[in-house]
Amino acid sequence: MQSDNPLVLAATGIDKSFPGAKALDQVDFSLRRGEVHALLGENGAGKSTLVKCLTGAYRRNAGRIVLDGVEVDPRDTLEAQNLGIGTVYQEVNLLPNLTVAENLFLGRQPRRFGLVDTREMNRRARVLLAQYDLDIDVAAGLSGYSVAVQQVVAIARAVDLSGKVLILDEPTASLDAHEVAMLFRIVRRLRDRGLGIVFITHFLEQVYEIADRITVLRNGRLVGTQEAAGLSRRDLIAMMLGRELADAADDAHGRAAAGAGEVRFRFRNYGRSGRIRPFDLDVRAGEVVGVAGLLGSGRTETAEILFGAERADSGTAEAGGRRLDLSSPRAAIREKFGFCPEDRKVDGIVGDLSVRENIALALQARRGWARPLGRAEQDRLADHYIKALDIRTTDREKPIRLLSGGNQQKVILARWLATNPDFLILDEPTRGIDVGAHAEIIRLIESLCENGMSLIVISSELEELVAYSSRVIVLRDRAHVAELSGERVTTAAIVEAIAATERAQA
Amino acid sequence: MSRFLSLHVLRLLPQVAALAVILLMISFAFPDFFRLEIQNGRLYGSLVDILNRGAPVALLAIGMTVVIATKGIDLSVGAVMAICGAVAAACITSGHSLAVTLLVTLGAGVLCGLWNGVLVAVLDIQPIIATLVLMVAGRGIAQLITEGAILTFNDPGLIFIGSGSLFGLPMPVVIWLAFGIVVALLVRRTALGMLIEALGINRRASTLSGVSTGVLLIAAYMLSGLCAAVAGIIAAADIRGADANNAGLWLELDAILAVVIGGTSLLGGRFSIAASLIGAMIIQAINTGILLSGFPPEFNLIIKAAIIVLILVIQSPRARTVFAWLSRSRGAADGAGQDRADRAGTGQEAK
Amino acid sequence: MNPRYFPLAATVAIFLLAYLVCYLQYPNMLSTRVIGNLLTDNAFLGIAAVGMTFVILSGGIDLSVGAVIAFTGVFLAVLLQSTAIHPLAAFGLALVITTAFGALMGAIIHHLQMPPFIVTLAGMFLARGMAFVLSIDSIPIRHPFYATLKGLYYKLPGGGRITLIGGLMLAVFAAGMLIAHRTRFGANVYALGGDIATAQLMGVPVGRTTVAIYALSGFLAGLAGIVFSLYTSAGYSLATVGVELDAIAAVVIGGTLLTGGSGFVAGTLVGLLIQGLIQTYITFDGSLSSWWTKILIGLLLFAFILLQKGLIHISDRRRRAAATVPAAS
Repeated sequence: MQSDNPLVLAATGIDKSFPGAKALDQVDFSLRRGEVHALLGENGAGKSTLVKCLTGAYRRNAGRIVLDGVEVDPRDTLEAQNLGIGTVYQEVNLLPNLTVAENLFLGRQPRRFGLVDTREMNRRARVLLAQYDLDIDVAAGLSGYSVAVQQVVAIARAVDLSGKVLILDEPTASLDAHEVAMLFRIVRRLRDRGLGIVFITHFLEQVYEIADRITVLRNGRLVGTQEAAGLSRRDLIAMMLGRELADAADDAHGRAAAGAGEVRFRFRNYGRSGRIRPFDLDVRAGEVVGVAGLLGSGRTETAEILFGAERADSGTAEAGGRRLDLSSPRAAIREKFGFCPEDRKVDGIVGDLSVRENIALALQARRGWARPLGRAEQDRLADHYIKALDIRTTDREKPIRLLSGGNQQKVILARWLATNPDFLILDEPTRGIDVGAHAEIIRLIESLCENGMSLIVISSELEELVAYSSRVIVLRDRAHVAELSGERVTTAAIVEAIAATERAQA
Repeated sequence: MSRFLSLHVLRLLPQVAALAVILLMISFAFPDFFRLEIQNGRLYGSLVDILNRGAPVALLAIGMTVVIATKGIDLSVGAVMAICGAVAAACITSGHSLAVTLLVTLGAGVLCGLWNGVLVAVLDIQPIIATLVLMVAGRGIAQLITEGAILTFNDPGLIFIGSGSLFGLPMPVVIWLAFGIVVALLVRRTALGMLIEALGINRRASTLSGVSTGVLLIAAYMLSGLCAAVAGIIAAADIRGADANNAGLWLELDAILAVVIGGTSLLGGRFSIAASLIGAMIIQAINTGILLSGFPPEFNLIIKAAIIVLILVIQSPRARTVFAWLSRSRGAADGAGQDRADRAGTGQEAK
Repeated sequence: MNPRYFPLAATVAIFLLAYLVCYLQYPNMLSTRVIGNLLTDNAFLGIAAVGMTFVILSGGIDLSVGAVIAFTGVFLAVLLQSTAIHPLAAFGLALVITTAFGALMGAIIHHLQMPPFIVTLAGMFLARGMAFVLSIDSIPIRHPFYATLKGLYYKLPGGGRITLIGGLMLAVFAAGMLIAHRTRFGANVYALGGDIATAQLMGVPVGRTTVAIYALSGFLAGLAGIVFSLYTSAGYSLATVGVELDAIAAVVIGGTLLTGGSGFVAGTLVGLLIQGLIQTYITFDGSLSSWWTKILIGLLLFAFILLQKGLIHISDRRRRAAATVPAAS
């Protein structure tokens, strides 16, 4: 239907180089009026570089950008915005310390006698948000509203400012299903109004739900642009990965509780009010317990309470009849626990320290400051894990922040393996890393499990979860609502478990 | 071992070179500058003078380095010096022995540090704000102790700390050198240095890795308080009295400046106590140099301002990109240029 | 009540309570005379504190104001002593210099991307050093125009006087409130204090705003310097040491968040009056020593920092509770 709509944006031959790397190589991208165009690719494929070239955040080295038939050359995001290209980012969006209305009209507040006319500004803000079915107090601080509402306010601002092209950079990453649905309603409405919308996401389901066309980038090159309706999921994945994925479809097993050893860790009525409702959990030696649920369902809260990052206020934790002290991460580490957090940059890596020091950190912390690991010992540890986990770094003294996401994740894993833990909690261990590292981490999880370690793995990639988990805990609304084991560990069953409770709630 | 040593020397090179240039410049204006003589078994000369006069800032810089490495700052050290000077004077004049006086005074400094540390680590208040409280109130507390007057004393033991000599060197020099060496060894021979750096770069990740970040933070501020106490004793012993209004006035700024000159980033992380100590000596050499060279002492502040601006320009991320660009355009077209520039800027240090 | 008004309400409550305590003990303190003196004595500090409020709202800090005030005083004294220039022209010149000085610091902060703390520290050294270079003595100002200006006042019922400088301070506060809350520049200042990167993405001219903020602070520090020279009829390079700390204290006690992004110019006025009140009380009492002022202000600082910490904690918890229903953790 919109295939004959005129182009609103056409970028041709975009080149962008950084010192030592070519980020974009002769990339073409076009956007029609009234279409949702998904921009896909692995991390490092060049999606965000392309967006930044379009919005003027980066200066491209070569290429033309034509907006509504006129060649444009935005020097910064502001100019792009004035030309008609608005962007909404995943996180850094608006200013929580200002009011909703101020956020909408910052820099273009209505004025009377040279002074800002607050009443008029609030009136206009209400009118504007009414178009998005949002009826909130616009004079209240933005920080009081949920992420979803803030996202809608950001979209309202971007559309109001620009009005031709709307770029949504991972807008759904921290929203739950309801909120995504609400967001998509708004996106469809904007599409029907004739906006060209670029949609960047990692969630393929969402791509098929909303996108009209799909453009795939790989290693800075354009792989292709296709109508979404005519592109099978398999073909899309093949485009993104550049090779046929080994068929992971035979997931109807679960690892049949391979280790099925005796229960090593026993949590009873374990919980913390306001964070996660009390739950019971048994973890055996040599098994992976998967944790599934939508974002905000209490997955990370479960991990944090098990590791002592949040203190439990009810229940007990035992191992071999002995009560465990999990009052702090430090205490949990003494009990031979380890935890790879979800947000690697904020909670995981110590950016300026070297790979060596990052690997030695947890072990050193457990030994205490007065018993330093000798330099030779640290070198040995680092070299061992760089080799064992295939960490790609020029040398062990390189600051970890200069490594790619996948390699950073491996260093964090090495940090815990160096402490020789009995129980490892992994929160989204494969999020945001490239395919190669992804496969290696999954292999590592499987081999740790075979060697008798107990693991809890939280992941939003259900196929992956099903592949290595012997049991899967399903969370919803900060409570453990189902436990699937044996034959029932399938993606379908997990989705069913989440959906069932959802229906029960509704 | 030799690689290790050479890396360490490399880290200190800019500071050492700057100090050498400054000393040479002074000696042009004042040829006798480098002359040292021994009288009554004690070394005299302008160089010794610099070491001696620089003692308070050097001592403060030791604690300040560690605090800044934790991504903090301690604005209260000047006020703590005044408090501790007052405590020492009050203690000794009310008839307590030197040992008790020193113990009580050092205790007072540590207590001040504990207060700051608890505000920062437990109440999670921004360091610049948390230490502002004591900076504002501290001189009032010191005046409370001295009851507004300059409390003088003449206990020979206490005075010896300010003007006596040991191994031919003035006592203050011996004290700050010894203190600096002890603290540097303490952080580098144990794992403290690495744990502090980890804490300064990413506190949450360090906590999750089992580092006792709270205890470390409090300890850093307590060390800073202890350093301020020693500096306070020296300052008071030097003038044989406690001046609550002027003791340590603005020295917190000099101490911060010394740390910055030493190349430790105000954003926390990699640190070097030796470099900060050289930084403190650079500041003192400039002070002394201006005095000796006949420039009016008023220029001192202007030169300090110029140094800060110079360091700002060198350390600024913008300038780094310019340097990186320059070094690239000189032909060596390698992608690691940026990386190297980054490392140089964050004060990469070998241990 | 909107939680953002909490610190302001607390400040006002503390002021009223403190005044009540003072009044019950010394009924004389509730006179227009005392109030007039309160304004006059704190005029230079108040004007500087308005500038500091903008700086702190934007998430910065300006350590140079005390030195700039002293520099202005010495500059005026030297100029009026050694030339025949009219004081008004000298005032204009001083304001141009201090405004340019502030703008320069703002430019360095923005363009070199360095912490305001260290840049304004350099500014403090430089301004104080320049004052020293001009003169290290206290130079009296005996220009007849000064006498004329000092003779201007508005008589309040009850014998109190709003002097020129007291009135000027109130005018500066009024202008500051207008700028902070009713101009685009004001909104941009709050935006910077919220998050610089986001503000930039939202189109706030970060560089221009940063320069303008420090220029405004420089201008007001210069104006405070003029007021101070009127107040003391002299210029002395060692004067107003540490005034930046008093200004910061007034801002924080006035309920502005030291991390930026939240607060009110009006609060700074109340914060200033609380400090003034403590001093007046100690003067009235006669037996209390002046150092209690510092200790009390330190305690108040601490109390307000705790209060704001508590508020942030509560609002975080509330948001978290709100997020429990549908949104992300």
